[in-house]
Amino acid sequence: MTAAAEGAGRAAAASAPRRGSFLRSEEAQGLALISPTFLFALAMLAAPILVVIAHSFWTQDYLTIDRTFTLENYRIALTEPIYRDLLGRSLILSFTVSTLTVLLAYPVAYYISFHGGRHKSLLLFLVTIPAWTSYLLRVMSWKVILGYNGVLNSALLGIGVIDEPSTAFLYNTNAVLITLTHAWAVFAILPIYVSLEKVDRTLLEAATDLGDGPIRRFLRVTLPLTMAGIIAALIIVMIPTVGDYVTPRLVGGKDGVMIANAIEVQFKKGANWPLGSALSVTTMVIITIMAGACVAVLRWTARRIR
Amino acid sequence: MRAGRIFGGANGLRLYAVLYVAFLYLPVLLLPLFSFNDSAIPNFPLTGFTWKWYASMAETPALLDAAWNSAMVGTAASVMATLLGICAARAMTRYRFRGQKAMSGLIMAPLVLPEIIIAVALLVVLLRLGLDLSLLSVVFGHVLICVPYSVTVLIAGFEGFDRSLEEASTDLGETAFGTFRRVTLPMVAPAIVSSLLVSFTISLDEFILAFFLTGTDSTLPVYIWGQLRFAARLPTVLALGTVMLVASFILLTIAEIFRRRNARRTQVEGGLFG
Repeated sequence: MTAAAEGAGRAAAASAPRRGSFLRSEEAQGLALISPTFLFALAMLAAPILVVIAHSFWTQDYLTIDRTFTLENYRIALTEPIYRDLLGRSLILSFTVSTLTVLLAYPVAYYISFHGGRHKSLLLFLVTIPAWTSYLLRVMSWKVILGYNGVLNSALLGIGVIDEPSTAFLYNTNAVLITLTHAWAVFAILPIYVSLEKVDRTLLEAATDLGDGPIRRFLRVTLPLTMAGIIAALIIVMIPTVGDYVTPRLVGGKDGVMIANAIEVQFKKGANWPLGSALSVTTMVIITIMAGACVAVLRWTARRIR
Repeated sequence: MRAGRIFGGANGLRLYAVLYVAFLYLPVLLLPLFSFNDSAIPNFPLTGFTWKWYASMAETPALLDAAWNSAMVGTAASVMATLLGICAARAMTRYRFRGQKAMSGLIMAPLVLPEIIIAVALLVVLLRLGLDLSLLSVVFGHVLICVPYSVTVLIAGFEGFDRSLEEASTDLGETAFGTFRRVTLPMVAPAIVSSLLVSFTISLDEFILAFFLTGTDSTLPVYIWGQLRFAARLPTVLALGTVMLVASFILLTIAEIFRRRNARRTQVEGGLFG
């Protein structure tokens, strides 16, 4: 750090000799100021994750850890049907959830940005409120809505659509899908809204003047210009849903269990930390690949616009 | 409104937006609704108005303990997260130095990692070090995930801030710390209050880290999780959920007011995602 600071100081000193020491102290001050937070993140996040990565290459015999390097845990994580299926299901579900959430959220963000008028920030705040209420309670509320004696069943009975309560709503993948789509809605609306706000309105007028109808104008101007927001929304929703633990446990039933539930089993009560670590690392790697793919798509569309 | 006429579908769009917001609020508003319902089963039609589920909260010592724990954890976590957030946000906005991007990246990383992974990583390290799980470990976990939000709120506070005021203060002979305390701090005070409230709300509602990192003491979400197994306890949990909902709403409204006051002062918009 000090060497880097000196290096920068010297480089700056060459171009502006009088201010060299000032710049050096500037750099040192910045480093000093960020270091408490950085060291905290290093100790509480980077180090623990490195420990998990290390564990993923070890094996466990009852309670003792064998530190011989092995890829066995990854073989189990990727090939044993139960884990392979859980990983696959988590990825497909989170991809579906994030796509659906973005599709549903886009028109709302569009409405607020283009028709919100003076009330934009109030509308945005109102949309945010539900997301800040306890996640656990919102999931439980969906359980109340979708359950056998639930709100949906009694409503459908009431209007005569069905004759007896249906068990089809709760404890399956669809219940997980609905709950997650609800839970992460705001995290899709906000980035899309931000990107819509950045759209230069004169470009839209120009498109209209040049004869584009509303649909063509949307597809050729608004949509490409808000790609960044869409991709950001996809990533922001995808990441937490891959590793979600609560929703699958509460509303997922037998078929709705996801990878986080398997990870929990391996860590709690000292079951098999190395296998749990391998599952965690695999999940992280897959998330990184998915996020990377989204960013690549963004870059590609950005180049096409230019 | 010109856009509305060109687009033609503004009314359809408005209807959709209203329905979508109804979808967002439906599960949230059912909590208070059923918490006042006489029946022990949350269901329609409603059977009658009652306060009994709220009264039963006061008679449940475990719930009161959990509330106290949540308040302690939330206070500690929000103060620590905001102090760390001030350091990081100040360093990111005021100074340029090598490794800034990488360091900021690590500090903001909890935003892009599933909580379950942060939770098991911390769990493994704590147990490996032979430390006991307690509310303290929950506090550290909460600080970690609150810092990125705190930094985001505070960066909006530090940006757009008139640097010449600080320079004037320095020219008039104040020390760097004196300038920070007497000029910078009052300017960003609204953002600091906003950061404290947002962090407290996150900590109050956070479940997964608390679930993995706590020992015998539970926070409110962990307590709720334990109660969900018993159908008979559901109405009391709904009442508790309603109280937490109102608390979160009040805290966030205050946070939003302070954030806007700050935005007006510094001419910088942008809250958490701006």
